[in-house]
Amino acid sequence: MDNWYKVTTLADIPSSGSRVVKTRQGDIALFRTAGGAVFALRDKCPHKCGPLSQGIVCGNHVTCPLHGWNICLENGLAAAPDVGCARPYPVRVEGEAVYLALG
Amino acid sequence: MEKMKLVMIGNGMAGARTLEELLKLAPDLYEIAVFGAEPYANYNRILLSQVLSGEQTVRSIMLNDVEWYAGKGITLHLNRRVAKINRANRTVQTADGEIAGYDRLIIATGSTPIILPVPGNDLEGVVAFRSIHDVDAMIEASARLRHAVVIGGGLLGLEAAYGLLSRGMDVTVVHLAEWLMERQLDRAAGRMLQKSLEAKGGKFLLQKQTERILGEGRARAIRFTDGAEIPADLVVMAAGIRPNAALAEAAGIHCNRGIAVNDTMQTYDPRIYAVGECVSHRGVSYGLVAPLFEMAKVCANHLARLGIGRYTGSVVSTKLKVTGIDLFSAGDFGGGEHAEEIVMHDTASGIYKKLVIRGNKLAGAILYGNTVDSAWYYQLLRDGRDIAGIRDSLLLGQNHLGNTGHQGENRAAAMPDSMEVCGCNGVTKGCIVKAIKEKGLFTLNDVRRHTKASASCGSCTGLVEQILASTLGGAYAPQTGAAKPLCGCTELTHEDVRKAIREEKLLSIPQTMQFLNWATPDGCAACRPALNYYLICAWPRLARDDPQSRFINERAHANIQKDGTFSVVPRMYGGITSPDQLRRIADVADKYRIPTVKVTGGQRIDLFGVKKEDLPRVWADLDMPSGYAYGKSLRTVKTCVGSEWCRFGVQNSTQLGIDIELAFDRMWTPHKLKIAVSGCPRNCAEASIKDVGVIGVDSGWEIYVGGNGGIKTEVAQFLAKVKTGDEVMEHVGAFIQLYREEARYLDRTAHYVGRAGMDTIKQRVVQDTANRRALYDRLLYALEGAKNPWAKENVNPREFAALAI
Repeated sequence: MDNWYKVTTLADIPSSGSRVVKTRQGDIALFRTAGGAVFALRDKCPHKCGPLSQGIVCGNHVTCPLHGWNICLENGLAAAPDVGCARPYPVRVEGEAVYLALG
Repeated sequence: MEKMKLVMIGNGMAGARTLEELLKLAPDLYEIAVFGAEPYANYNRILLSQVLSGEQTVRSIMLNDVEWYAGKGITLHLNRRVAKINRANRTVQTADGEIAGYDRLIIATGSTPIILPVPGNDLEGVVAFRSIHDVDAMIEASARLRHAVVIGGGLLGLEAAYGLLSRGMDVTVVHLAEWLMERQLDRAAGRMLQKSLEAKGGKFLLQKQTERILGEGRARAIRFTDGAEIPADLVVMAAGIRPNAALAEAAGIHCNRGIAVNDTMQTYDPRIYAVGECVSHRGVSYGLVAPLFEMAKVCANHLARLGIGRYTGSVVSTKLKVTGIDLFSAGDFGGGEHAEEIVMHDTASGIYKKLVIRGNKLAGAILYGNTVDSAWYYQLLRDGRDIAGIRDSLLLGQNHLGNTGHQGENRAAAMPDSMEVCGCNGVTKGCIVKAIKEKGLFTLNDVRRHTKASASCGSCTGLVEQILASTLGGAYAPQTGAAKPLCGCTELTHEDVRKAIREEKLLSIPQTMQFLNWATPDGCAACRPALNYYLICAWPRLARDDPQSRFINERAHANIQKDGTFSVVPRMYGGITSPDQLRRIADVADKYRIPTVKVTGGQRIDLFGVKKEDLPRVWADLDMPSGYAYGKSLRTVKTCVGSEWCRFGVQNSTQLGIDIELAFDRMWTPHKLKIAVSGCPRNCAEASIKDVGVIGVDSGWEIYVGGNGGIKTEVAQFLAKVKTGDEVMEHVGAFIQLYREEARYLDRTAHYVGRAGMDTIKQRVVQDTANRRALYDRLLYALEGAKNPWAKENVNPREFAALAI
């Protein structure tokens, strides 16, 4: 069962930017794309654990600030030829409110 | 929605490469069918000569096997020759009557060997050298027969001859011209090559024209026009190739020897594209693989409906793939008017180098016996770089391929597999070679993506290119530096983009991307920071700085570390501090439990391991300005103590350093910028390896620019000598502004100075007084009112505060 938490409002995540959510399961990065979609990934790059929340967001991927891996925001998969996955978390936006589900 | 149908005629290297590129860009756009006349999937035709010589097997030269096509959902028809294209119905018809419809068609039919129109050319034992089938026939013949004659002393003919020699045949090469490979070599190199091949057992008959091939049913001998005859059980025709354009021509598509295409690889019929050896582009047909791959890339891009990329022709290079013979040729070496030659000929050790220079640019190169610098010369040639400055040492080659991080090793071929090439990412030569072979990599970018070699600091780029060149041989195409696009999102160069921003008064990133037709909706991590810099540099105080397009360090005004924490470096102007500052730093380190406090190389103090959420409070408690140690900006101004204390000092370097650092503080630049000021020629501040170095002499100051102490040590070059501190400020400011306005993003001053040329820079900064003042004024205008990003009122709290559940 997923537990949904209201974490912030849409306006509090910068467009093409992110926020970090501290949880008992560790840090989760909350992204908002230029198109307005919101995604959540575990805030650890599958390569060397870089904080993805600190990367540059372009289209539907984020570029890790440490070594430049590109991670897809939708499924957490690293872009080829790199291989790895940052765990994605379900996100729901209702009006202005942003909800995050912790499994 | 039903997928569009894409049919490809021909299944060679150019065609298959086009499909690979297309599937990378648009995996689901087309339903693809391929018709190949050969019974094999896609193999590396270039390596056929090595199959013939026994150094490779057919299996090992396969690039895409049948499973690859199946895995990609491509219908592959092998052994099926297409006989007809019906453009009105948009169908192709095979020789055995099958009909397939298309929405888009790629013609990649390659070329056919020219078979000399002499009597007897249809006898058994007369073969071409083009396909696996031909190679099989040659291998089979070599086991039974004795005398082989290769007609044609070009690249292909010599590789065939070498292969047959390796198989134990008695081989004679017959050539019409005066020396071998006359299109790639001059007489001297051609003779050296002949000698080396003779040492391997080959025989050569030059300036001989074949009259007929003699034999009853099968070849027995060759007769020449001068009446001479030699025995020939096997005759290999390697007298050139002809583009396979007949199919297209019959369908009414405009051909000019090859199938005529425009810069997007489109033929006369817009639904039909053509790539590879069958093509005639701007009147040129190519028979080497590197241009074909460039065509494939462009064609795929347009088929994927991205519409960026043009093929504008290639400068080709040749390497002979004969073991033990090192030979490289590129460009135009024929001489002629205005051509100057630099030649080195060492007969004893069998080394010959000839460089042809026209208008201070390298126009052609022939290397024989020692080809380690071929990639470098090729690059110079393709980039059209001005070589006036390096002319003296040009012939000696690029002796600094390995800069730092790989034990100074700079000869790729001689390196053992276990030797580390990329010191940043720990990649060995063996690992790179393996990736190139197993994953079918052809470009520097491919290698970077797959192995990470040279992907970090880039100092081993030359070495990686050399490994690529030596692993791939003729299939290697170095990247062009001249017209390199800014990133994958555009075809435009840095210069194009900057020009548009200036001339069209573009003020924001979305506006720029829209105006310049960016291929991606909001760019990538490479172009966004560059655009942001170009905008604020061109339109200071007007263009809005976009923090989301800055790398995290510049967004958080601190340096991210490997564990995700940050480091903090406050400014200490000119390296001068005070007990009060030191006390505050000590208190902050205690209060925030900062684990490491380090003195930097730039005479400052670095606090490591600060949590992001603590940054604003750390800055407030420090109450010192940001040191910009995280930015593409003015870093430190390093000074020696100077005339205030030093018994040798002749100028007050500390004060001038403080003045410079204060004046140019908070300045964004294309890359980091380091300055140093020394108070006497002993130069204790090491000003000669800084972007800007100022050295005091008794009568004033000497200014040097373009130095670098990092990856590749570059000694700064002399710019000007001036009398007063004010003059120093104006000259240094003007040079920096020139660099800010003209360098590509992420170019250090050393790169910029190398490209712009010191003479031009001196002219614009030193001789032209009015221009110097104008540059300096523009810099001061840009800096006026710049704020300290660490001050409380300038901090965006949302950037630093975490959310919590």
